[in-house]
Amino acid sequence: MQDFIDNLIRSWGHDPAAWPWTQFLYLAFMGAAAFIVVNFAAISAGIFSWAERRVAARMQSRVGPNRVGPFGFLQWVADAVKLLLKEDLVPAEADAVLFRAAPYFMMVGFACVFVCLPFSHKLIVADLNIGIFYILAVTALIVVGIIMSGWSSNSKWSLFGAIRSAAQIISYEIPAGMALMIPVLLAGTLSTQGIIRAQGGWPWQWFIFDNPAAFAAFFIYFISALAEGNRTPFDLPEAESELVSGYNTEYSGMRFSYFFLVEWGNMWVMSAIATTMFLGGWQLPGLSPARFDALTGGVAVIAEIASLALFAFKTLFFVFVVMWLRWTLPRIRVDQMMNMCWKYLVPASFAGALFVAAWMLLVHEAPWLGQAMRFALTAIAAVTVAAFALRTLKNLRDTGDKFDFTSNW
Amino acid sequence: MRALDYLSPYLPVLILLLFAGVLCALIGAAATFLGPKRITAIKETAFECGSPSIGDSHSRHSVKFYLVALLFVVFDVESVFIYPWGSLLRDFQAEGLGWFAYVEMLSFMATLALGLVYVWRKGALEWNP
Repeated sequence: MQDFIDNLIRSWGHDPAAWPWTQFLYLAFMGAAAFIVVNFAAISAGIFSWAERRVAARMQSRVGPNRVGPFGFLQWVADAVKLLLKEDLVPAEADAVLFRAAPYFMMVGFACVFVCLPFSHKLIVADLNIGIFYILAVTALIVVGIIMSGWSSNSKWSLFGAIRSAAQIISYEIPAGMALMIPVLLAGTLSTQGIIRAQGGWPWQWFIFDNPAAFAAFFIYFISALAEGNRTPFDLPEAESELVSGYNTEYSGMRFSYFFLVEWGNMWVMSAIATTMFLGGWQLPGLSPARFDALTGGVAVIAEIASLALFAFKTLFFVFVVMWLRWTLPRIRVDQMMNMCWKYLVPASFAGALFVAAWMLLVHEAPWLGQAMRFALTAIAAVTVAAFALRTLKNLRDTGDKFDFTSNW
Repeated sequence: MRALDYLSPYLPVLILLLFAGVLCALIGAAATFLGPKRITAIKETAFECGSPSIGDSHSRHSVKFYLVALLFVVFDVESVFIYPWGSLLRDFQAEGLGWFAYVEMLSFMATLALGLVYVWRKGALEWNP
C-alpha cells in the first residue's frame, strides 16, 4: 500500500519523502482501509446468516427466509433492525461492567484478524511480517470475551457454556497452530502474502498437495478451526438441548447479536486462512507473482480483479462446506471432543510438522521427489473429487430431486 | 524515530481496534436509544427454566477444566517456541545447517512428546470418570 501512495504523491508532482502531508495520507488510507474491512466483516457476517438459513432450508427440503427482498436476501437487514429495536436488558445479578465489556473483546478479537487477511494481490490492510502468528494471537481475545460473558452473566448456563467453550477453544488452538506451522515451514516466512507468493496458481503448486503431512495438516486445521469457531459438530458450548444457549444465554437484543456476528464472520476468517495457507490464495494459474507485480495499466486491474474473485471463490466454497457440515453431522460429546483434540490431533500435528521439516530437507537434495509427490497427491485428490461428484450425480439421477422449486422458492 | 519506524506497520492494528470498538459502542448506544425501556424485576432475573435459581451460580467446576488449562499453557507455549524455528528452517538450510536444526528440534519435540505420554498415562486426558 505504501508504494501505491508514494506513486500517487509522485503523480501529483511532490516528493513523498519531503512532502509534509505524506504521513497524513498514509494515515488516511489506513483509516479508509480499516473502515472498509470492519464493514466488510460485519456485512459478510450478516449475509452469511442469511446464506446459512437458505442452505439449511434447501438441505432440509423446506423454504427458509424468502420474503424480504429477492430470495429473502435482505432478511439479515431486517433482523439487524429488529434486534436494534429490542429492549437492552442486563440481568440484575450480573456484573454490569464485565457484561457490557464482553462483546467488545469478541468484536475486537474478530475484527483485528482482518488486518493481515489478504483479499487479492494488492488488497491487504497491512502485510505484517509476523502475519499468521498475529492472527493466532489476536483470535485468542475471543476466548477472553466468552469467559467474561459467561462469568459476568451470573447464570449457571452461561458459566457452563463459557467454561466448556474456553476448554474447547484453547485445546484446539494447539493443533490449529501446529497445522498452520506447516505452510510457514514450507514458505519460510510468517507473512500471509509471503506464504501465498511461495505457492502457485496451479493446484499442484499449492501447499496442501506438497506432501502427505501438509495434506493432513489442512484437515487438522479445518477441524480445529471448526472447533475454535464453535461450529457444528463442535457446538457444545451452545448446545441448545443442554445449556439453553451457552455463554450468551443472558444476552438479548443487539448485544446478543454481537456473538452471532462473530460466529458467522469467523466462517470467512477460517476459510480465508485455509485458502491463504494451503490453497494458493489469490494466485492465478500461469501468472507468477513476479510477473503479476510487473503488470501495468488495464491488464493489471483485470488481473487484480481476477485474483480477488478467485480468492473469494475459494473462501466462499469453504464457507459453504462449513454450513454443509453443520446440517450433516450431529453434535459430538465433550469427551469425544477432548479425546479427538488431545489424543489424535495434537500428536498428529506435531508429528506432521516434523515430517514436513524432514521432507523439506530431503526434497532440497532430491527435487524430483517433491515434484512427483505433488503430482501424485493432486491426482489422488482430483480422482476423489471426481468420484464424489459422479456418485452424487448418480444418486440424484436414481432418486431425483424431490425439492419443489416452483412454489414459494 | 527508529522505534516508530519499526512499529508503524502495526498502526492499522490500532486503527482497526479503535474502529471495532467504536462500531460496537455505536450499535450498542443505538440499541439503548431505540429500544423500549420497560424493565421489570422478573425480566432482570437470570434464566433458570422459570423457577428461582438455587445456590451460587459461580459454583465449583470439575477439575478437568483446570487440567485442560494447565496443559494448554504447557503445549501452547511450546508451540510458540517452535514457530521461530519453523520460519527460519529455510535459512538454516541455505547455510547448510538444515539437518542440524532438524535434530535440535527433534530433541525438543521428543521432550514434549514425553510430557504428552506422561500426561496421557496419568489419565489427565480421560474425560470419563
